Amino acid sequence: MRHFFFALLMLCLSLAAHAALDPAAVRQLAAEESDDKIAAIQKLALTAEPDALALLQQLADGTLKDENGEDITINNRVRRELDGALAVLKLIDPDTKVRYKAVKEIATNVDAGMAPMLARARDRETEPKIRALLIEVHALATLKDADPQIRLAAAKALATSADPNTKALLKAQSEPANETEVDVRRAAFQSYLAVKDRLTLAETLGRIFSGLSLGSILLLAALGLAITYGVMGVINMAHGELLMIGAYATYGMQGLFRAHFPAHEDWYLLAAVPVAFFAAAAVGILLERTVIRWLYGRALETLLATWGLSLMLIQAARVIFGAQNVEVANPEWMSGGLEILPSIVLPLNRIVIVGFALFVLVLVWVLMNRTRLGMFVRAVTQNRGMAGCVGVPTGRIDTVAFALGAGIAGLGGVALSQIANVGPDMGQGYIVDSFMVVVLGGVGQLAGAVWAALGLGIVTKFIESWAGAVIAKIVVLVFIIMFIQKRPQGLFALKGRFVES
Amino acid sequence: MSRTPFIVRFLGATPKQGWIAIAIAAAITLVLLPALHLLVPASSPFHVSAYVITLVGKIMCYAIVAVAMDLIWGYTGILSLGHGVFFALGGYAFGMYLMRQIGRDGSYQSDLPDFMVFLDWKALPWYWTGSDSFLWSLLLVLVVPALVALVFGFFAFRSRIKGVYFSIITQALTFAAMLFFFRNETGFGGNNGFTDFKRILGHSITAPEMRVTLFALTAAMLLGTLVLGRYLVTSKFGRVLAAIRDAESRVMFIGYNPLHYKLFIWTLSALLCGIAGALYVPQVGIINPGEMSPANSIEIAIWVAVGGRATLVGPVLGAFIVNLAKSFFTVAFPEYWLFFLGALFVVVTLWLPDGVVGLWRKLRNKGVAA
Amino acid sequence: MTAHTIDREQAWEDSTSIGHPLVQGEVDLSHNVILYLDNVTVSFDGFRALNALSLNIDAGELRCIIGPNGAGKTTMMDVITGKTRADRGKLFFGQTIDLRRMTEAEIAHAGIGRKFQKPTVFENLSVFENLELSMKMDKRARVSLFAWLDDDARDKVADTLRLIRLDGEAGRPAGLLSHGQKQWLEIGMLLMQDPKLLLLDEPVAGMTDDETARTGELFKSLAGKHSLVVVEHDMAFIEQLGGVVTVLHEGSVLAEGDLATVQNDQRVIEVYLGR
Repeated sequence: MRHFFFALLMLCLSLAAHAALDPAAVRQLAAEESDDKIAAIQKLALTAEPDALALLQQLADGTLKDENGEDITINNRVRRELDGALAVLKLIDPDTKVRYKAVKEIATNVDAGMAPMLARARDRETEPKIRALLIEVHALATLKDADPQIRLAAAKALATSADPNTKALLKAQSEPANETEVDVRRAAFQSYLAVKDRLTLAETLGRIFSGLSLGSILLLAALGLAITYGVMGVINMAHGELLMIGAYATYGMQGLFRAHFPAHEDWYLLAAVPVAFFAAAAVGILLERTVIRWLYGRALETLLATWGLSLMLIQAARVIFGAQNVEVANPEWMSGGLEILPSIVLPLNRIVIVGFALFVLVLVWVLMNRTRLGMFVRAVTQNRGMAGCVGVPTGRIDTVAFALGAGIAGLGGVALSQIANVGPDMGQGYIVDSFMVVVLGGVGQLAGAVWAALGLGIVTKFIESWAGAVIAKIVVLVFIIMFIQKRPQGLFALKGRFVES
Repeated sequence: MSRTPFIVRFLGATPKQGWIAIAIAAAITLVLLPALHLLVPASSPFHVSAYVITLVGKIMCYAIVAVAMDLIWGYTGILSLGHGVFFALGGYAFGMYLMRQIGRDGSYQSDLPDFMVFLDWKALPWYWTGSDSFLWSLLLVLVVPALVALVFGFFAFRSRIKGVYFSIITQALTFAAMLFFFRNETGFGGNNGFTDFKRILGHSITAPEMRVTLFALTAAMLLGTLVLGRYLVTSKFGRVLAAIRDAESRVMFIGYNPLHYKLFIWTLSALLCGIAGALYVPQVGIINPGEMSPANSIEIAIWVAVGGRATLVGPVLGAFIVNLAKSFFTVAFPEYWLFFLGALFVVVTLWLPDGVVGLWRKLRNKGVAA
Repeated sequence: MTAHTIDREQAWEDSTSIGHPLVQGEVDLSHNVILYLDNVTVSFDGFRALNALSLNIDAGELRCIIGPNGAGKTTMMDVITGKTRADRGKLFFGQTIDLRRMTEAEIAHAGIGRKFQKPTVFENLSVFENLELSMKMDKRARVSLFAWLDDDARDKVADTLRLIRLDGEAGRPAGLLSHGQKQWLEIGMLLMQDPKLLLLDEPVAGMTDDETARTGELFKSLAGKHSLVVVEHDMAFIEQLGGVVTVLHEGSVLAEGDLATVQNDQRVIEVYLGR
């Protein structure tokens, strides 16, 4: 075995020699002293040759032997150096994805010694996106160069960066204490301003997006309520538990796919959408038929009874699924993110949820405004007696409308399962938020709920950025309480003598 | 007639049977139970254990809250889902004093409460000023919950927020307060709240005499609340409250300003809750933000509904029924408690709108008719 | 916020045009006008419920208001009693009391009583208690806490009970009364308030002919001492009352005069009676 590896090494070395690797440097990898090893690694890395990469990778993997067939051991200091060198050498990998990843990695830990090699990689690079990054990283590596001209070029080149660390470096470079040349200081300062502006914009965009994403979640949680409370006037405190049912339905589908269609596991989520809708709707029908039906027009009693129902549903979930949270995984096609700027990555699952919220919204709008069912529901809520007289089956419409609201809540649960913990208590956290959205938007106003949800999402995220999550939540709740003092009918108010305040 | 002294009218509001019941209750809670706890040896079958005293004392605190809730919900028709806030505020106000009474006996042997040492605070925050004074703490117990209620109620009632809207907003209030108290930086012990109390006025909090004293104070407070409540609901003030419940706009058009009426009863209700909270904390030995959870506040409503709305004595019964059942279930069948409680909400609203008192009246009337 | 500033500006303009400063206080009947509406407009989402409505009610007058549905009769009462705020126009009780700046309770206190279209009584209180609460007295909360019903007050309630023929029902919960009895109880509550101006929205709806006739007698006996504004659809009842009739249409006055005159008015026939 030993001989085999030795032969392999010799083969490598001979190959390396052909590819213009300095044999002395290769031999020096086996030196006793760590300092010598490091020097050799650096020398090899500088070649930016694919063979050097292969050789150093072997060293890192511990498969490289010296001439006597002994393992070449490395300590942590050498390993650190080796990792840096490997990253640098990956810059010449033929795969653009590997190169891109490598340059991102180097950007976080750039070192002045890498400058020549980065310059070489930059000059070889043909992919514009990676080349731009390499220019930036090279500039970072040469920002402290002894030659003022190089520093000047580096400071200018960094104007295109969108990295907070670069911003800090440029700021430091623009100060007389760190930089003697006034030209370099000026260039560094101008670049600093450019980076700062870019970062501020990116941060604002990022915050608006996370606000939108939170708003979509609030909207998904509240849309069902907008139907049951907003349109039908039923105070359903078990609404959060209907979300929970939707989330558990998603969990169930995940299990089903894992057990029976492991090849298509990633598509369990699509299957969960109708299942969650009908599961929640079925529970909704049960609640409406057994309890809520007898309490129409008695809002406070409905509130208490549905609270009782919510407690029973929570306990049922505990008995069936256990008190612990269950794990629902994002499908592969929903993980990862979309990078719009180096400093902001939009998680795919959030983007999907924003889209899903839009889909559910359109669904609800079409159902309420473009179908016979929607017309009946609106007729019954506006004038029950009259609707009954013209032949609308009011009792059945109540049930169907409630089931619809419950089903929409189930859809909300599907979305929540992708970003939040799924457990028996999960619904309780959303009930106050959902009511706030509906109340703020104006009862019975679908458009109001949309604006309220998005507005609340974005405002919450902006307050969060300077006050933290808990304070943001409190501020928002206090704001809503005060807003309702001013406009008890919500953002989109009905007016006129038919409104009993 | 108009010369009848106020005190006579006040006491006369409670009918004779009421006074007999109060006398019996007072005899049991102020004399009999304390005596059986203190004087009868633990080996005797007549001995009342510390567990029972604490449990009944705790439920009597809840009963005060239930009566306070009955005044605002049963008699005025305003369902508050945030009464837990006032209860907890009263508890925290007195809890601050209890924390200061620990002195240097805490785990860190510091003058500061343990949680502040743990957070590496060097001095008490400004709002803890005076918390070592018993009287100042009593003042806080009376003023803080009432003031919060007054300010909140003023804005809510002035903008004519009613019915379910009001309920939901009070729920948001208690939710926000709970989040606020959960923060460590708020200065009330965060998650864990206050606990490990040692003394009141220098006397050990675990001594049987102290236990009995707190118990008797709670009982007296409960009976006093009932007498006060009876006077209020039989006075003209109480009739205006009932009128507001039935048709608020009509009340305005005959010249009453409902704002003042609602604000008074709302603030009084909060004040009673605060006192109940202050009595509760030394008896159970802990107060934490969980008391402000929306679920806790809504449970108060079910005590009132089970006993019977607008009956005063009903809510006391309801508090006992529900909480005794809770004590029983959580020991015997913990997994069924939420099913039971949930079913109770449904059953009472669907079939027992007037609670057990209403049921009893109905049965009695049937009996008379038959 | 802005509404307030406009109010003040308007108040100043009003006072200069009238010629003497306006102060809130007693009803000033120096010009023998108890209610004065000028150019009052109320809109709901673009729909003008009241469109530049102007109306004068004299002290002691019994005025009937008729008009098709949606003519603005109920909105007019809402505006006078403070339930709805006017967007524009002047609204005075007597010469000096600006109703636009007062709450419902203040307006009631000043001496305007109202009976709703749908009888609203306190269903869970007894008939006696309904009347007791309506009685003219100090209605502040802190006074109510210690209020005590004296013999004079009991006598007054008893008198009204007899007048509205509910003396046998004093202890019954008002919710158990018949529709007509509730109407009477509400009228009784109005009388207990001892208002200077009574606004009555369809007071005889749901009453038997006999009850209607007695109500008419009662109203006629009240006129003179009180001023009454009666909204009705029942022409026979209006004929019995015999006062000036005002016809509302689309939020403003279409015609005014005695019943015969308006009944022969061509426009009135067109919009209302002719149908």
